[in-house]
Amino acid sequence: MSTFTPTEMMTVAAARALSNDDVCFVGIGAPSAACNLARLTHAPDITLIYESGTIGTAPTVLPLSIGDGELCDTALNTVSVPEMFRYWLQGGRITVGFLGGAQLDRFGNINTTVVGDYDKPKVRLPGGGGAPEIAISCGEIFITMKQSTRGFVEKLDFITSLGHGKGGSDRADHGVHTKGPTRLITDLAVWETDPQTKEFTVTSLHPGASRKDVEDTVGWPAKFADHVIETPAPSAEELQVLRDLHARTKAAHEGQ
Amino acid sequence: MAKFQSLADAVADNLNDGDSVAFEGFTHLIPHAAAHEAIRQGRKDLTVMRMTPDMIYDQLIGMGCVKKMIFSFAGNPGVGLLRRFRDALENGWPHQLEIEEHSHAAMANAYEAGAAGLPCAIFRGYRGAELTRVNPNIRFVECPFTGEKLAAVPALRPDVAVIHALKANRKGDVFLEGITGVQKEAVLAAKRSIVTVEEIVDDFEGLSPNATVLPAWTVTSIAVVPGGAHPSYTQGYYGRDNSAYLEWDKIASDRDKFMDWMKANVLDRTPDIFAGRVAHLKTQG
Repeated sequence: MSTFTPTEMMTVAAARALSNDDVCFVGIGAPSAACNLARLTHAPDITLIYESGTIGTAPTVLPLSIGDGELCDTALNTVSVPEMFRYWLQGGRITVGFLGGAQLDRFGNINTTVVGDYDKPKVRLPGGGGAPEIAISCGEIFITMKQSTRGFVEKLDFITSLGHGKGGSDRADHGVHTKGPTRLITDLAVWETDPQTKEFTVTSLHPGASRKDVEDTVGWPAKFADHVIETPAPSAEELQVLRDLHARTKAAHEGQ
Repeated sequence: MAKFQSLADAVADNLNDGDSVAFEGFTHLIPHAAAHEAIRQGRKDLTVMRMTPDMIYDQLIGMGCVKKMIFSFAGNPGVGLLRRFRDALENGWPHQLEIEEHSHAAMANAYEAGAAGLPCAIFRGYRGAELTRVNPNIRFVECPFTGEKLAAVPALRPDVAVIHALKANRKGDVFLEGITGVQKEAVLAAKRSIVTVEEIVDDFEGLSPNATVLPAWTVTSIAVVPGGAHPSYTQGYYGRDNSAYLEWDKIASDRDKFMDWMKANVLDRTPDIFAGRVAHLKTQG
């Protein structure tokens, strides 16, 4: 068996969460790598959509931004941004939204707006972009992020995008009837949402990751399912396809 | 009817101190040359709007042109944060900056409402999102038919919309394709518009009947600026200069370095510099 990094394991585990039938709204960064790995391995017919308006895109290299020409050149069709948000996202055509974030809490609420006070920010982050409506309009939400106590916090400084709010029925109480965050894929584990409390619960630990590793890198008391399994290690094919994708991407971006 | 002008004249005639202006573009077709012209002419007290303010808004803010910014994602795409924007917001340099922050869905709907001549946009959004607490321009209305609670934001109707397009024909009709963002909506929502183009052609041959075309009578001024989107890109002409975006992060991280760069690359230059900047990025075929 070949060796692999925690980031590679995260990307592979995130890719496996997607199916061939999904219509997926792709966030930039870690989600983009996972979504394209899924397309290049077990889900060749998955529809990938980026908020720049590209529908059914199949980039050969990972885009640096959500609006790279590569996305448009390889898409079935490219629509305007208002059409993307109105007909395709708000219209309920997207099965999965795949998001990352700067700060995350145990109920899948995400902060990408500000660290510190909104009016007196310690660190001003880019803001919500498409996320506030992706979070409520997609059928369900997958989140992928590396674990750290800075990123996985007890209380968010700002709720940019709604997950399960305060847990339980809080999401539905906001008038939101899509599933919301159902899965969180990190560099250490796969977490799933508890059906009652709506709190993220570890269901699968990646090879070599311990419960303590998980507990030490989140800012809340981590919950574990009764039966925690070990995430199957990346297959030789998954690793090869992922590494080729990154190598092509690096060559393309350096070549400019 | 669209008037063909130099970029300097187009900006001087259309953009005044204190105006609201949208330099739109969604990664693709960002009107860098036009923003640089506004900076060179020393525009002040602008209310700037854009879904994805990036490098040119960092530059406008850092050079003190901006009073207020309306936006939904203020980052350097794929690279990180906007350092001049952050310096203005966190430290008030070069002066205090007012912000009105939205989501992409809100801004896209608001431009569309502007183009449609409506006072506000209504959409399903912002549920459970904290921007509703800090932005009084996000409100909720009840659907008169179903009772559903929907988000409402004011229409965006800038004094001036500034965009970059692929080409214009001799009559002044403008053609754009690829990732078209909200540019059509921004131009139709605005009182006046400036369009920079890669080239002027005798006529558009072989266009799809459904292509994105802004008729000459919807555009105020057209200026030919080859490479005018650099380091953004123009579909079919040249690719995105990703290294320039990476480099910007370093330039913008320091006030002096920023001012030196702006002097050497913007203040002491003219729009014809842009053609050379894209020479190595030309699209094959």
